[in-house]
Amino acid sequence: MSLGPNSRRTPKNVARSAPPKGGARTSAMIASLDAEGRATKPAPFGHALAELAQTRDDIVGLSADLSKYTDLHVFAKAHPDKFYQMGMAEQVLISAAAGLAKEGFTPFATTYAVFAARRAYDFIAMAIAEDNLPVKICCALPGLTTGYGPSHQSTEDIAIMRGMPGLTVLDPCDATEIDQATRAIADHPGPVYMRLLRGQVPDVLGEYGYRFKLGKAQMIRDGGDVLFVSTGLMTMRALDAAARLQKDGVEAGVLHVPTIKPLDEDTIAEACGKTGRLVVTAENHSINGGLGEAVAGTLMRRGLRPAFAQVALPDEWLDAGALPTLHDQYGLSVDAVVKRVKGLL
Amino acid sequence: MTPDHHRSNVSLARRAWAIRHNAVRMGQVQGQGYIGQALGVADVLAASYFHALSYRPDDPEWEGRDRFLLSIGHYAIALYAAMIEAGILPEQELETYGTDDSRLPMSGMASYTPGMEITGGSLGHGLGIAVGMALGLKRKDNPAFVYNLLSDGELGEGSTWEAVQSATQWKLDNLIAIVDVNDQQADGKPSDALMQMPEAPRWEAFGWFAQEVDGNDIDAVVAALDAARHHPGPQPRVVICRTTMCKGVPFLEEREITHFVRVEEDEWDRALAILDEGKPA
Repeated sequence: MSLGPNSRRTPKNVARSAPPKGGARTSAMIASLDAEGRATKPAPFGHALAELAQTRDDIVGLSADLSKYTDLHVFAKAHPDKFYQMGMAEQVLISAAAGLAKEGFTPFATTYAVFAARRAYDFIAMAIAEDNLPVKICCALPGLTTGYGPSHQSTEDIAIMRGMPGLTVLDPCDATEIDQATRAIADHPGPVYMRLLRGQVPDVLGEYGYRFKLGKAQMIRDGGDVLFVSTGLMTMRALDAAARLQKDGVEAGVLHVPTIKPLDEDTIAEACGKTGRLVVTAENHSINGGLGEAVAGTLMRRGLRPAFAQVALPDEWLDAGALPTLHDQYGLSVDAVVKRVKGLL
Repeated sequence: MTPDHHRSNVSLARRAWAIRHNAVRMGQVQGQGYIGQALGVADVLAASYFHALSYRPDDPEWEGRDRFLLSIGHYAIALYAAMIEAGILPEQELETYGTDDSRLPMSGMASYTPGMEITGGSLGHGLGIAVGMALGLKRKDNPAFVYNLLSDGELGEGSTWEAVQSATQWKLDNLIAIVDVNDQQADGKPSDALMQMPEAPRWEAFGWFAQEVDGNDIDAVVAALDAARHHPGPQPRVVICRTTMCKGVPFLEEREITHFVRVEEDEWDRALAILDEGKPA
């Protein structure tokens, strides 16, 4: 038997040299998302859902053995009678959530983004979205928020969820927004896929007087030289980058787009069509099929041709390692974003 | 509550005959269809719709109804035939089967057809949805049953076994799976692939109350569905029904059976004539 050239593929770790003795700086277990000293709130999703369920008997929560790691455990502790531990079985997690929705309940189904998007996709499509059922699929570890490598890094979930008709797709930025978005999607009559930040979640948008509105992009700060069009945690990074750029005399605005589908095309087109500013989309997701390409499509369809760049993860299987290192390496850190923008101006 | 159809003096054999007759007429409209499966499962559907299930033909979304979930979307022709006989769908719509703007598409979908509980077709979905509906009914203290008609081919799907385990875990005594075992899938026999023969021990090992019967013996199916409904244990129930593809039309039964049985244009009338000859009282 003759095997093809792929049988001789060299694993990444063999191609690499061993790290120098004592040279390891940080650990893959470090999952810190943000700057030291930034205010945080614990488990905003779990607390919001637990509070909602005090007055809404239709709300139930399900998890596939990841309640502790999606913050659903807060809800489960407050409402054990409304919590379903489905075990390590994402396909029945999603189909059973569909069945509960068919019986009039509003299920919140939680797991990691990779498992929902990759393993349970057919079930989200046919059991939930095609039937327009009000199941809320809330998933931790979006994009590059873990150093565990590709098995846990959901870098393409938005691309594939955007492809699903009838599904609302959200990437909230911080604790304030997760709290408000959880309440908003509970009232939304259709299916939703929402990315979650978990644990001690940075709290950023409160100081801007921000209120989440489902389906709406909102200008958090304005600026005439650069416009960041950002989603998820990259809005935090864009805000920090804008503050840094301002010190160097560059005025950068930040248009936050938590709802990626349906996309608020009018607001995006209006903001991107203004003056001659550079448009930089920023997302914690692959460069393929996420916010950046959605915005580009909007601009092309509307005849708008601003200077345009994407801050996004490369179309690669990402490395394992510590998050701060990886965010620098793949261009998501504030330093990397500032450097990138300066290079474009 | 005993629905009217349970008091009917129309025999279940006659109901099964009508299901077969309706299905062949639909096949004739399109010149094709999953008629082998429809003829094979007609007795199971007769026992289900005219003995076991509670429903109101004029109110398919009645909250008290037993839910009947068709996983196997391509069996829609059989379920339409049963729902026409049950008065849930008007008989004249039979002629629209599979045509533009019809409420009776070739593969069953919840959004198209009254009485169609789920969108089937992507196999291995029905039992998981049934688990959720059974959980939901328990939350509402609704005593209705959830039935899921699935196929032997679907036993190859891993998701089916996730649902099997989950139903046991949650003690879903209000869930009845009906497996149509005709030992035929697209590329050959499921028993040469991922099905077991006999199948019941596998379900018993997972904690289900399992029965295996001749699915073309109406009395046996009725008895099994009764036993499934009245079984005192706290576990989910499965009735494994061995059926014969094309049952009731001997010249098709004898044909080399495949997943999609070819029927020539002149054979539809011949099939209907054979059914008419054997019409039960």
